[in-house]
Order: sequence, then structure tokens, then C-alpha cells
Amino acid sequence: MKNYETVFILNPVLSEDQAKDTVDKFVKVLTKQKANIVNVEQWGLKKMAYPIQKKSTGFYNLIEFAAAPETVATLETEFRRDESVMRFLTTSLDKYAQEYNARRRKGEFNRTKKTAPKTEATV
Amino acid sequence: MTLMNEPIKRAEIKPKYCRFKKNGIKYIDYKDPDFLLKFINEQGKILPRRLTGTSWKFQKKVTQAVKRARHLAILPYLGDSLK
Repeated sequence: MKNYETVFILNPVLSEDQAKDTVDKFVKVLTKQKANIVNVEQWGLKKMAYPIQKKSTGFYNLIEFAAAPETVATLETEFRRDESVMRFLTTSLDKYAQEYNARRRKGEFNRTKKTAPKTEATV
Repeated sequence: MTLMNEPIKRAEIKPKYCRFKKNGIKYIDYKDPDFLLKFINEQGKILPRRLTGTSWKFQKKVTQAVKRARHLAILPYLGDSLK
């Protein structure tokens, strides 16, 4: 078992409910492969930095999970099959990334808008 | 000859330091555009180490994070007046 996180962008023409269903679908794919889902986050409709498929917004979603390495291939095939997925990125997490994500889940740094404590300390 | 080895004003040169080493940051999050913005110029190019002072170890991680963020449209590949 290794830890992974995957971020994917769904087509903005979907309704909120459809987007949610699609995320559930991928979570189901993972659970079928005996993956442990650690965290699922939906960031909602966000503006992208550049247009993808002529769309300027997208539904951003994040899934953190622990699974066998083969699972990632299965998940990514599913991503490629689904036309509503515009982009996806799966990364494996090292121990520092896991620490960071655990803190992030607790909401230690206010996500998206202000990355308050961490960023200010660095200036 | 006289001009050649004149000392420059040392007081004006602040020593650079690696902010990751100094603050004990171990992981750079590619999902956090506000933080990554410090390492790119206004065109969206990654700043060199000689300007930011980042150590080589963390510069590699910064680069990786910025590239991941670009792929996910969190940061632009090319920008115009990002800051």
C-alpha cells in the first residue's frame, strides 16, 4: 500500500449533482480495488488559469487514498474513458507530504484563499 | 588599475538564505497558488535560485510543484502581469 492523491477537473457543463455523482463513481472504482479512501474534497467551480477545451472554469476535486500501485493505472484508465474529466494528476505522497496533508485536513492553513500561517512565516 | 579591486559596499549586500531550510518547510504544495507565486516572475517563469536564494534541494521541489500546478491550470503556463 502506498499513499496517493489525485486532483481532477470536471467539465463545468455538468450540474453540481452530476459532478458529485462522477466523483462518487471514481471513489467507487477505488474502493473496488480495495483502496482506503483517506479524504475526498470538492473545491467546487473554480476559475482556471488558462482555458482547457475552451472552458475557463472547472469543478476541482481531490481524492486522497492508500492503495496498491496497480490501482493508479486502473483509476487513470477510468479518467481517460470519462469524457467529463478534463485534467487529472495523481501523485504519490512521501512522508512529508502526508504530514502536510494531515495538517491541511485539519484546516490549519485556510485552504485556497489564505494560506495564512505558513506563508506569512516564510516572508 | 586602481579601479580594479576596489571593495564593494558589503553592508548593502544582504546574505541570501533558503527559506525552506530556515523555516523548516519540508513539503511544497502544488495546490497552493499564492505560495508558488513567490517563485515565478510576472510572466509565469520560474525564478532562478540566484534570485530567490533557495537551496538546490528545494529548488527542484519548487520546480516540480510549479509544473504540477501548471498542468492543473492552477498556475498559467504563460502569464501577463501576474503580480
